[in-house]
Amino acid sequence: MTEAGAAGAAASGAAASGAAASGASIELEHLTKRYPGSAAPAVDNVTLELKAGEVVVFVGPSGCGKSTTLKMINRLIEPSGGRIRINGEDVTHMDPVRLRREVGYVVQASGLFPHMTVAQNIALVPRMTGWPKARIRERVEEMLDLVGLDPGEFRGRYPGELSGGRRQRVAMARALAADPPVLLMDEPFGAVDPITRHHLQDELVRLQHRLRKTIVLATDDFDEAIRLGDRIAVLRERSHIAQFDTPEAILTHPADDFVAGFVGAGAALKRLDLTRVRDVEISDCPTVTVDAPLQDIFSKLRASPSNEILLLDKRGRPYKWLRRGDLMRAKGSLARAGTLVSDTVTREATVRDALEAVLTDSAGRVAVTGRRGEYTGVVDVETLVNSVHELLEADRLEARAHRHDLEELRAAQTHAEQEGVGGEPKA
Amino acid sequence: MSFWEYLGNRHQQLLTDAYQHAGVVFLCVVVATLAGVSIGVITYRTEWAGALATTTASTVLAVPSLAVIGLLVPVVGLGVPPTVIALALFGLMPVVRTAIAGLRAVDPSLVDAAKGIGMSGPMRLVRVELPLAWPPILTGIRVSTRMLMGIAAIAAYASGPGLGKVIFRGLASRGSGNALNQVLAGTLGITVLALLFDAAYVLIGRVTVSRGIRD
Repeated sequence: MTEAGAAGAAASGAAASGAAASGASIELEHLTKRYPGSAAPAVDNVTLELKAGEVVVFVGPSGCGKSTTLKMINRLIEPSGGRIRINGEDVTHMDPVRLRREVGYVVQASGLFPHMTVAQNIALVPRMTGWPKARIRERVEEMLDLVGLDPGEFRGRYPGELSGGRRQRVAMARALAADPPVLLMDEPFGAVDPITRHHLQDELVRLQHRLRKTIVLATDDFDEAIRLGDRIAVLRERSHIAQFDTPEAILTHPADDFVAGFVGAGAALKRLDLTRVRDVEISDCPTVTVDAPLQDIFSKLRASPSNEILLLDKRGRPYKWLRRGDLMRAKGSLARAGTLVSDTVTREATVRDALEAVLTDSAGRVAVTGRRGEYTGVVDVETLVNSVHELLEADRLEARAHRHDLEELRAAQTHAEQEGVGGEPKA
Repeated sequence: MSFWEYLGNRHQQLLTDAYQHAGVVFLCVVVATLAGVSIGVITYRTEWAGALATTTASTVLAVPSLAVIGLLVPVVGLGVPPTVIALALFGLMPVVRTAIAGLRAVDPSLVDAAKGIGMSGPMRLVRVELPLAWPPILTGIRVSTRMLMGIAAIAAYASGPGLGKVIFRGLASRGSGNALNQVLAGTLGITVLALLFDAAYVLIGRVTVSRGIRD
């Protein structure tokens, strides 16, 4: 208990110091984009404040201007009006090349240069900003490691030789290489298959947990917004903000019919996407490694309250579930005994994924793994369902408080409007 | 005199001619490449400029080379100058066309990504656009070289250097003992040179085209 507490304190300490060094606040003030020849602006008067170290997701139907708004932050599209401030500094008229080197950028189709190796792609921004060679080489290794790719294997490969998911990982590594405080992601996972997308989303959550960048991500997938966003801006046409709030608040209290329609059915189920396995109770189960003597295995099996133990492979990854009697039936051969572990979840996986895994598992439990697939614990149906109940209960309370606040605010606004009738004539 | 005896007797002269032929073609290809790629870089971004360059290129290619050389003689005289000018002009055209097409074929999302990570305009061109457009440009240079091999032979008409001289000499002395040998030696010589140049391009391609975009 004390150990877990200490670890938690250390983790939050690291996160806090990371936040100080890493993210930057972004303020958009009356940001507008008008294209010549069209009457209505593509982006109309967007004002948003993004806190340092948070993930803000712009979500909305295609053509709503979310991408345009995003690209105005690094001025790939020059705003026709309004102001952008990063960490309080007005960047609206700063040299765009310098600005972009301090803002990481990830696009849908990875945007990796096919004629450069993975290492050369990642090294681009550090090279442009004049890092010494040795440091760049080190940084490339570090970044590949960070996004879960083995540097030895992938450093010298070309993007064309990688799968879509891996390309996207390299693209993230490239965007983060020079340690920019802000990361812009324009539908980053739109072009990969759903399973890979899931993995990449989990990966991003894990990275962000460590790095605490300010991330702005545009997507048309509301589920993705829920999974990734600390706050979500639901946009309608011309980038009008329909609601800007935490995912919990949007799910439990959509501002209007447009948002409600976008949230779609099954808000309670979507809520499960908001909680990670690391936030629920992970229990322990007896384990042995494959090379342990049979005698140990027998004694552990006998001592196990659930009548089963988890067999780990040489690298500590879950390998097989062994029940009492399995070894007898297999005549003492470990190779034949037990059932192979078919599915595991990571600590960053959502409770929904865990629930899915647990429900499809015949014994109603699933092993939780760390970064390199090593065993860290087990979750079962009971703990999960309990956490979900607690979660929904807390939401209900919060929604009630929220509604109360909103009513008070509205009352105050009405009051103010009645007071100031003469001051500001309505258009 | 048999063809082999002829080769044995005149190999010194033939080698000099072949050397000059290769030299003038090489020189003109280099000039054409530098100028052609520059024209491509300047014009590919604007619709009308690119169209103008491409159309001009096709039009010049449609004029017979002999006519161009003939027109140049009164202006710059005989010998090397009309040859070099005509060859460089003709060599330019395939390069301009492939450079514009190649640069325009670069995936716009990559250009966007290059901008997005903070590359300046010239850096984008040198590090991203030109390397990606290089394979088609190289093909253009190769086509241009093959063409110049033949046109350089015609340049002998304006007393230009190279193996064309040998061919024309043979044609002029029709009926004499060596006529056929001369024509044959000139033609074969040009063929061998063309093959050697082509082989060189395969090598150049191996060295200069990134493994990531080779197919």
